[in-house]
Amino acid sequence: MNNWPLWEVFIRSKNGLEHRHCGSLHATDATMALENARDVYTRRGEGVSIWVVPSSQITASNPEHNGETFEPALDKVYRHPTFYELPDELKHM
Amino acid sequence: MSEKEIKNLEELFQRRIDNDEKIEPKDWMPEKYRQTHIRQISQHAHSEIVGMLPEANWITRAPSLRRKVALLAKIQDEGGHGLYLYSAAETLGISRDEMYEQLHTGKAKYSSIFNYPSLTWADIGAIGWLVDGAAIMNQVALMGTSYGPYSRAMIRICKEESFHQRQGYEILLTMSKGTQEQKDMVQDALNRWWWPSLMMFGPRDAESPNTEQSVKWKLKRKTNDELRQQFVDQTVPQAEILGAKIPDANLKWNEDRKHYDFGEIDWEEFWQVVNGHGKCNKQRLEARRSAWEKGTWVRDAAMVHAEKQAQRNLEKAV
Repeated sequence: MNNWPLWEVFIRSKNGLEHRHCGSLHATDATMALENARDVYTRRGEGVSIWVVPSSQITASNPEHNGETFEPALDKVYRHPTFYELPDELKHM
Repeated sequence: MSEKEIKNLEELFQRRIDNDEKIEPKDWMPEKYRQTHIRQISQHAHSEIVGMLPEANWITRAPSLRRKVALLAKIQDEGGHGLYLYSAAETLGISRDEMYEQLHTGKAKYSSIFNYPSLTWADIGAIGWLVDGAAIMNQVALMGTSYGPYSRAMIRICKEESFHQRQGYEILLTMSKGTQEQKDMVQDALNRWWWPSLMMFGPRDAESPNTEQSVKWKLKRKTNDELRQQFVDQTVPQAEILGAKIPDANLKWNEDRKHYDFGEIDWEEFWQVVNGHGKCNKQRLEARRSAWEKGTWVRDAAMVHAEKQAQRNLEKAV
């Protein structure tokens, strides 16, 4: 028999915070994935909300292309506040 | 890829590990790294799952409701830990079914400690105290391992497992304050579980050919002998509080080393159990196989049900 589909589990630990990926599990459908996620990932009150997403629906960037994907941001120091030279008298800016 | 290119990639890979960078599933990795991790993580998962069996033996006979809910929660945790680890192994390209298959055919090993029987209630205490104690020591070291999903599973597991050891020790502590018969049970459990617990750390470093490579990959942060020594040093004072005697005539504090010296493990017994001839090897595997086979119709039915629901929802939408 074939493996049940794989699901990725995201949990919001408390309101005000984002859902965070915490792991994966197998389930036949979304309802079962939610139920299993509750039992596997929130046995000690770790969450107030759960998302489950079929793993096959996730498109990921390729780490082999990390150079062209992420490096262009590294030399743009002018996107950071510390790039700008301002006098010391100027407080709080 | 040419041999030179691979060598180059391997060097870059090792440099990342040396710099304490984590390796993630889609990153390039040497084939041997992948295979070693699949083996270790899946065997770790199998150990969690098979480890539920000796404890399950005592659920219905727990002496109070307090003990029973704690034991149930602990066993449920072990099941959860198995699931975290199976998921981590799957990120390396092996399927859940393949791993079960390897367990059921005896191709994959699990920790030998679970091939010893749990004969009395005191054994449940000893398992929590010694077996979980040894496992935690090993797992704390593994939190810093280089493979991201394994390291994350370890962090989660260690956080959850600290209660396991405490619940076990509390069982023994209560018994150690009880009748003579209960005290004898504590001693008897310690006698039977002490040496197998020391064996959990694996062969001596000199006999462990993979240690060097595993240390390089941070799959081992401490060697077998280092962890075993740490376990002995930590456990001796705990036995004293229980008023129980560790069954080793050679156990003695060594003032120069600032560690306990201890006797030689019966390595013959170790290899016997590893190779399938322990007291419960057959029983454990049989229990796992039977659970898998008897659950087949449930798994199939759940899949069919899900497909039918999906089809119905589709028809409703049209």
